[in-house]
Amino acid sequence: MGKTSVGKGIRGSEGRYGWTFIAPAILIIGVFLVVPIFLALYVSFSNWNGLGSPIGNSSLVGGDNYAKVLVDSGLAQRDFGTSIRNNFYYVLLVVPLQTALALFLAVQVNRRVLRGRGFFRTAFYFPSVTSSVAITTIFIFLFTASGAVNTLLGWLGINGPNWFADPSGIIHNLLKGVGVTSAPPLFNEGGPLGLTWWDWVSGPSVAMCVLIILAVFTTSGTFMLLFLAALQNIGAEIDEAAEMDGAGPMRKFFSVTLPMLKPTLFTVLTLGLIGTWQVFDQIYLTGKGAPGKTLLTPAFLAYDTSFKGLNWGEGAAISFILFLIIVALTLLQRYILRDRDTGRGAIRRAQKADRELHEEAARAAR
Amino acid sequence: MRKKTWGAALLAVGVVAGLGACSTGGGDSAEEGQSLTMLIGSSGDAETQAVQAAADAWSEESGNTVEVVAASDLTQQLSQGFAGDDAPDLFYMSWDQFATYASNNYLEPYAEQLPNAGDFYPALQDTFTYNGTFTCAPKDFSTLGLIINTDMWAAAGLTDADIPTDWDSLEAAATKLTTATTVGLSFGLEYARIGVFMNQAGGQLVDGDTVTADSPENLAGLQYVQKLHDAGVLKWPSEISAGWGGEALGAGKAAMVIEGPWIKGIQGDFPDTKYAAYELPEGPGGKSTFTFTNCWGIPAGSETRDAAVNLVEFLTSDDQQLAFGDAFGVLPSTESAAATYAEQHPENASFVAGNDYAVSPVNFAGSATVISDFNAQLESLAGGDAKAILESLQTNLQAALDEANAN
Repeated sequence: MGKTSVGKGIRGSEGRYGWTFIAPAILIIGVFLVVPIFLALYVSFSNWNGLGSPIGNSSLVGGDNYAKVLVDSGLAQRDFGTSIRNNFYYVLLVVPLQTALALFLAVQVNRRVLRGRGFFRTAFYFPSVTSSVAITTIFIFLFTASGAVNTLLGWLGINGPNWFADPSGIIHNLLKGVGVTSAPPLFNEGGPLGLTWWDWVSGPSVAMCVLIILAVFTTSGTFMLLFLAALQNIGAEIDEAAEMDGAGPMRKFFSVTLPMLKPTLFTVLTLGLIGTWQVFDQIYLTGKGAPGKTLLTPAFLAYDTSFKGLNWGEGAAISFILFLIIVALTLLQRYILRDRDTGRGAIRRAQKADRELHEEAARAAR
Repeated sequence: MRKKTWGAALLAVGVVAGLGACSTGGGDSAEEGQSLTMLIGSSGDAETQAVQAAADAWSEESGNTVEVVAASDLTQQLSQGFAGDDAPDLFYMSWDQFATYASNNYLEPYAEQLPNAGDFYPALQDTFTYNGTFTCAPKDFSTLGLIINTDMWAAAGLTDADIPTDWDSLEAAATKLTTATTVGLSFGLEYARIGVFMNQAGGQLVDGDTVTADSPENLAGLQYVQKLHDAGVLKWPSEISAGWGGEALGAGKAAMVIEGPWIKGIQGDFPDTKYAAYELPEGPGGKSTFTFTNCWGIPAGSETRDAAVNLVEFLTSDDQQLAFGDAFGVLPSTESAAATYAEQHPENASFVAGNDYAVSPVNFAGSATVISDFNAQLESLAGGDAKAILESLQTNLQAALDEANAN
């Protein structure tokens, strides 16, 4: 060691070792993640038809692929619009429901007085570790026209719908209940992406509702675990302090527990948002978009456009639009859930509160 | 210590290199005895084994080797193979994907050079002709027929004289067969079934360069289907908890279904169901049925082209096709073999007879997306607006046809 040149010191070759150790990781991430992403981005701007490698077998066509699904009116645009609508309703219902249910379950199994906590924790977590293919298949059987669910509803005197074969939107069905069966004049006109406003407000189809139930059922267990970990980090003394201040159970939950869970809430909402916008396997299993394309989602549409229609550029374009939607929504959600105790707004609020406190004190002194 | 860390780094690099090696795999073709890969979309073990046996027989003769791979998702695996420059040397090419593949230059046009090119049914040759070139050899075909549960038929007091020959007698038979637990007629709610009624009414979807989807004939076809459904004598398989028509027939939920020779497959699940197949009844526009077929696809510019063409010649020979027919119930694609097959298998003779007037469902590059949209819209056919469905089909199909012709 002593023979090494002066100035290099004892940590001289650490940099070299560092690079050596992370080289495999860089190589793996580069080959399997970074390069494919940039290749897909290139494909989304090219006319590659799936024959041979995209490099050398295609040419750039500018934004044609994006225009086809976003601007040019036609079947491609309407399919994309339909898939966005379907997935929007799916996200809108699944994310809040699964988060609320996960939080509720976590609070329940976190209670010290609950007997058999271990059993309930396992039971609630079980759907999450089961393959989604298996669960979807079971749901398909449960929800057939004469399946278990409809038999159960039959005992209650309810004539259940033909779940997976019913393309009617639930908002349309509700409107039908009050006598609106077709589009009012204003809604019959073209909305965005080739769908009429009437189509946009259809709500999730009955078939989609089954998938919503399925998603809430399978994912809330995972998120329950995240909430549970966070709940156990909240010390008992904080609970006690809140009780001493006279907070009831509801007040304690909403004013003490929930704010302390905010980082976890952010994680759960973000993971939920990303997962629900990418729903694919349930769609693949339940009939590839049927009934009436009301189960079509952008992720499945991208697959179908590429592999069946051989329009690889268009499929890649759909994937990147989906990527942008997810990024935009995550940023929006981050903004909404931002920490209000830091930043310029927070300082202003703090100063205001301080001023009011002083004024009040001055008034009281008089 | 130092040795250990370098060893770990070396191991990690080795793992990466190993993963890389996996993707390339396989050597180049040898000089004489070539090894071919054949990718098939198999209906089951019977088909895989029959194809493997045929391939082995050819290998003996030619000195090449063939590996038969049964795909789990043929379209996806084909796409993957073509994108990776690693397409199988020979594969099943389905009729509905054919035009899309041909228009993207995926396929080697070899069929015209086959010595038996003229023996195939003209309708099947048309299906696999792209831009005036007969591209790939039809493997076999299936037509749609009316499958009747014979026990229920007799129980309803119907005789051979009542076998439906036109729309009125079909409706009459379906009405008679409908009971509290059984529906008279059932078939899938899709273009591949409902389209035959549009054709039987005298309609067609494409006439040269123009789409004629919104014709009064096509409307009449849809309205007849609507009428049967409104009367309660026709139900879609999904309405009676069946996955497809064959299951509805086998489980006794439907007395009549419209399916093809693949109906034989229900014997495994429902060995007690007795049925017979007849030609589809005639509509106001005459007889019509659909013919579905696969061809033997060879990738464009394949290195093993000559060997693969030789194998196709062997596989489409009358003897070999009859052997396939015996093994898994497909109908031979050459007229002479089909005639022999009809004699040997009288229970399937009506399917062969149907091919004399059968047409192929519409298939040009890009039509598949439009047809799947049409299928989605058909979901609202019961109690819906048939005219609006056809108008939307007209617009979309014309746009797709214009685009296909422009390329």
